[in-house]
Amino acid sequence: MEIWLAVAQFATLALILAIVYRPLGDYLALTFTSGRHLRVERGLYRVVGVAPDSEQTWGAYLRGVLAFSFVGVVILYAIQRLQAVLPMSLGIPAIPEGLSFNNAISFVTNTNWQSYSPDVTMGYAVQMAGLAVQNFVSAAVGIAVAVALIRGLARRSTGTLGNFWVDLTRATVRILLPLSFLAAIALVIGGVVQNFAGFTDVTTLTGGTQSIPGGPVASQEAIKELGTNGGGFFNANSAHPFENPSGWTNLFQMVLMLAIPFSLPRTFGAMVGDKRQGYAVLAAMATIFVVSLAAVTTFELIGSGTAPEAAGGSFEGREQRFGISFSALFAGATTLTSTGAVDSMHDSYTALGGMIPMINMMLGEIAPGGVGSGLYGMLVLAVITVFIAGLLVGRTPEYLGKKIGPREIKLASLYILTTPTLVLVGTALSFAIPAIRADLESTSIWNPGLHGFSEVLYAFTSASNNNGSAFAGLTANTPWLNAALGVCMLLGRFLPMVFVLALAGSFAAQGRIPATAGTLPTHRPQFVGLLVGVTVIVVALTYFPVLALGPLAEGLA
Amino acid sequence: MTALTPQIVAGLPGAFRKLSPRQMWRNPVMFIVEVGAALTTAVALAQPLLGGDAASIAFTWAIAAWLWLTVVFANLAEAVAEGRGKAQAATLRATRTSTLATRVVSYDGDSDAAASTARTERVASAELRLGDVVVVAAGDLIPGDGDVVWGIASVDESAITGESAPVVRESGGDRSAVTGGTRVLSDRIVVRITSKPGETFVDRMIRLVEGASRQRTPNEIALNILLASLSIVFVIVVLTLGPIAGYSNATPTLAVMIALLVCLIPTTIGALLSAIGIAGMDRLVQRNVLAMSGRAVEAAGDVTTLLMDKTGTITYGNRRASEFLAVDGGDPAELGRVAALASLSDPTPEGKSIVDLARERGIAVPATVDAVVVPFSAQTRMSGVDFADGTMIRKGAGSAVRAWVEQDGRVASTLLAEVEEQADRIGGLGGTPLVVARRSPGAAAELLGVVYLKDVVKPGIAERFAEMRAMGIRTVMVTGDNPLTAAAIAKEAGVDDFLAEATPEQKLELIKKEQEGGRLVAMTGDGTNDAPALAQADVGVAMNTGTSAAKEAGNMVDLDSDPTKLIDIVAIGKQLLITRGALTTFSIANDVAKYFAIIPAMFAAVFPGLGLLNIMQLHSPASAILSAVVFNALVIVALIPLALRGVKYRPMPASRILTRNILVYGLGGVIAPFIGIKLIDLVVSLIPGF
Repeated sequence: MEIWLAVAQFATLALILAIVYRPLGDYLALTFTSGRHLRVERGLYRVVGVAPDSEQTWGAYLRGVLAFSFVGVVILYAIQRLQAVLPMSLGIPAIPEGLSFNNAISFVTNTNWQSYSPDVTMGYAVQMAGLAVQNFVSAAVGIAVAVALIRGLARRSTGTLGNFWVDLTRATVRILLPLSFLAAIALVIGGVVQNFAGFTDVTTLTGGTQSIPGGPVASQEAIKELGTNGGGFFNANSAHPFENPSGWTNLFQMVLMLAIPFSLPRTFGAMVGDKRQGYAVLAAMATIFVVSLAAVTTFELIGSGTAPEAAGGSFEGREQRFGISFSALFAGATTLTSTGAVDSMHDSYTALGGMIPMINMMLGEIAPGGVGSGLYGMLVLAVITVFIAGLLVGRTPEYLGKKIGPREIKLASLYILTTPTLVLVGTALSFAIPAIRADLESTSIWNPGLHGFSEVLYAFTSASNNNGSAFAGLTANTPWLNAALGVCMLLGRFLPMVFVLALAGSFAAQGRIPATAGTLPTHRPQFVGLLVGVTVIVVALTYFPVLALGPLAEGLA
Repeated sequence: MTALTPQIVAGLPGAFRKLSPRQMWRNPVMFIVEVGAALTTAVALAQPLLGGDAASIAFTWAIAAWLWLTVVFANLAEAVAEGRGKAQAATLRATRTSTLATRVVSYDGDSDAAASTARTERVASAELRLGDVVVVAAGDLIPGDGDVVWGIASVDESAITGESAPVVRESGGDRSAVTGGTRVLSDRIVVRITSKPGETFVDRMIRLVEGASRQRTPNEIALNILLASLSIVFVIVVLTLGPIAGYSNATPTLAVMIALLVCLIPTTIGALLSAIGIAGMDRLVQRNVLAMSGRAVEAAGDVTTLLMDKTGTITYGNRRASEFLAVDGGDPAELGRVAALASLSDPTPEGKSIVDLARERGIAVPATVDAVVVPFSAQTRMSGVDFADGTMIRKGAGSAVRAWVEQDGRVASTLLAEVEEQADRIGGLGGTPLVVARRSPGAAAELLGVVYLKDVVKPGIAERFAEMRAMGIRTVMVTGDNPLTAAAIAKEAGVDDFLAEATPEQKLELIKKEQEGGRLVAMTGDGTNDAPALAQADVGVAMNTGTSAAKEAGNMVDLDSDPTKLIDIVAIGKQLLITRGALTTFSIANDVAKYFAIIPAMFAAVFPGLGLLNIMQLHSPASAILSAVVFNALVIVALIPLALRGVKYRPMPASRILTRNILVYGLGGVIAPFIGIKLIDLVVSLIPGF
């Protein structure tokens, strides 16, 4: 029976996303192609000193992205370090250096990796003035970079990609703010708390006392999912009843995290003037999405392993109000996007079931991925696919009329190289340096052996791919993990952006080669299949050995 | 394979010479293999000192040996590809032997164009400089590349083209270029040297076929970057595997890790990449086309617009008789008989075609005719025969024949009108009318009718253009004919578009216009006035018979001067890319099976569960790893013939080609190693100790 429940849950989710696809995608396209500036936007441009109608080269666009994010890290670090003197801090002291460093990067890079319990570490000031702000703007930066790449593909023989400050402002003002406002209201209606009550001490039924935290949760929760951020207000994240009280809010949160990433292909199709291209990208994303969700649900429902078999199902680490299949769906959605919010503990999944969220992230967050980053990741893979397929049909490869030459392949290859390098080198260094290994084994890893290794691998995979979900069972608030994961998040976010914007610049500079019968069509199922194949093969070949030494060895034992 | 065996043996010494790291590092993939081979050898040497057991020492040596073989096989592919060019270069070198040239001192083209009175001196051909003028008489070798400035001669160019029939070279016009090393058979010509010593056409040819001047093309560079990136990924995978496996106390030995690395990096395509490029150039050379750069060959595969001269490419160069149209109710057979009699002694192709047509129609035409031949001249614009009995027959341009008939002054105006009408109709169909008339003593002059000379479209050309359309190539016919004629022929040949009454400037404009739209244009040309268009085109194929200006401007030269070859050149360009793509896909797809062989072999001892991944049921960890390495090496040798021959290319739409190649090289690439490794494992398992 559970299997039909899972199918029904998935079908509902898919139906809502299908309804949202066209209007939201078209609205996004309109937002970034419109020549009109809102009054509030004009005001912002005047304050910052930006000429909103000026165009930027890819270099200038990139400098904007990096400068804005750098300032973001500095401010967020400062706010955390100054928490003790800020109002509404609930008396919580300043956050230590290592954790502040890690956390500042985490929120600016749209990762929202949290190696602490937010409800007892962050007061309202840090939550709202620091973290929430980055929840909005880090998502907007991702959308802006994706839009710049789309423009590069759509434009002909030009040196410019639009204006970063305008894209950033519009993504925030016209898309993320209004949508999260509506979403927050819906969440409040669904039972998510929204107050400034601080901690309330209550007497429990058994007579003990408990300190119940309140806070502006619904407003944080909305952008947490909509911006594929994932940083929870509470340590338990979306498993906490104040963040995610019911099955309906659970479904609604999934819709929120998937809506923009799944609609961006429509925006892409609309902006390049060929909607079929958008459908092809969507189809590739959806194929991986469906297969991955089916896999994790199947592994969990089978529930092999000692504990699940004893319990009659894989119930550990799951909320009874969601059940096995709904939790698995959420686990898939949160790792296939770069959200990283959790409504169940992935660490408690069966070995093979827990491997799927890991693989989802290893895919590079592209099905559908983070807001913006999912689309540009998929487009980079499309470039690689077109290159191989183009050779196979005997034409210098081209995508949407843009030639894929040495420069484009170099940039796409560097993009593909970045995250696997971070994941593998980070994980390997953790075990290669004796002092660090000793620290890991004594402090961080709670489950020695294969599962412990999976926890470390998961952490580096999550950080490098800017997901932010944790496998749990790993104490990550240590000097090494704070520093190493911080570096992984930073490089995993901004190196790819450098390559994507350079690629966009090089596409924009090109003219457009007209399509003929000799051109490889990139809107047919054939290309979609090839794109999925290339993605899966590249990832499988890269990660097969480490997976064999972790979840596979554990699951096949 | 058997045909290749001698070439492979001949390539072996070269393959070993290429092991020098200074040469290897240019190929990053194979360089990694060589470093791996050296490291494994070092391990094998050190193992006895470190107390390794006999079985593991034998294993390390076996891995080391096969890694070295992998590198040698890769070099062998390149050496074999190069070896084919070398033989050709040797023949060409023979033509470069120094000869004595007769140089004219202070040549004056106006007063003494033939250089009959000018002072001459004998110098070695190597001393000739640009702009020197030399005299070449019958029997002499032409001392250098140049243009004929005076005279006409038949020249034996077999040394370069392999074609034994002599060709005519004359001053002025589009047949003026001569090539150094070819021999003048008759007459005497004056030639202005147009090449610097060491940079003659033959010199360039030698460098090309030897592969010395081979530069990597943009596409090859891009592929190399992708392969290097994949290699880097796998280097990282293997380097990080040590510490990661160390956590589970499952650290593999160095030899095993190197074996894994070599199996994962794309060695198949890395080994064959340069051989594919050399072989592609070689395929062109074998079709007697010289590409001045590999870039041009690649561009040929991308061509989207093909500009073709009508004459010689789409139609036979000369018109052929296709119909006899009698006037005044006359018998067409009689017209045919008379026209054939008038043409019996006519050496032109048109004349021969009239005789052929008459015979085809069953008209009795004698083998020879006993009459005085009146040859065609530019003044009379007629030709014919005068019989001893006073009967005269003429055929020729309408106005000329009419004037000749009217010398008798007795032709009905209705008849003249009928002839004119027929002639106009033929002109409208794109043909040429040839009017036939007869004057007999005592009888009235007769206008017999009109022979329809037709520009005959080559058989099968329409099908080829249909193929090109399927490949996404637009064909444009270029002709000096009027638009009416051009349209008629364009329709019959099935080209997509035509440019009538084309001047060289219009041709250039057309190319520029197409290129502005992002299209890649290929064209052929031979005349000096084609040179700007040839230079502008992305692929410009100059005819070897053409002027040196045209040959300079183009980026390919067709030694056979066959304009239809452009179509083959496009196919070769595509085939080159497809071969690269196919072997890349195959190479990457192979990795799947190799993982299933090596990963369980590496870790099943520590994690028995991973033994489930040993789906090939390989004999032992040692035999599994060695089998994967052996397969990896042997597959290179097995694919050398494919790399040299190129993947079969048939013109069809891109998506169908893709489906086919994905099935063959992608799916085949996944399946083949499962079978290959299993078979090798069956053999290896027989060796004691494995």
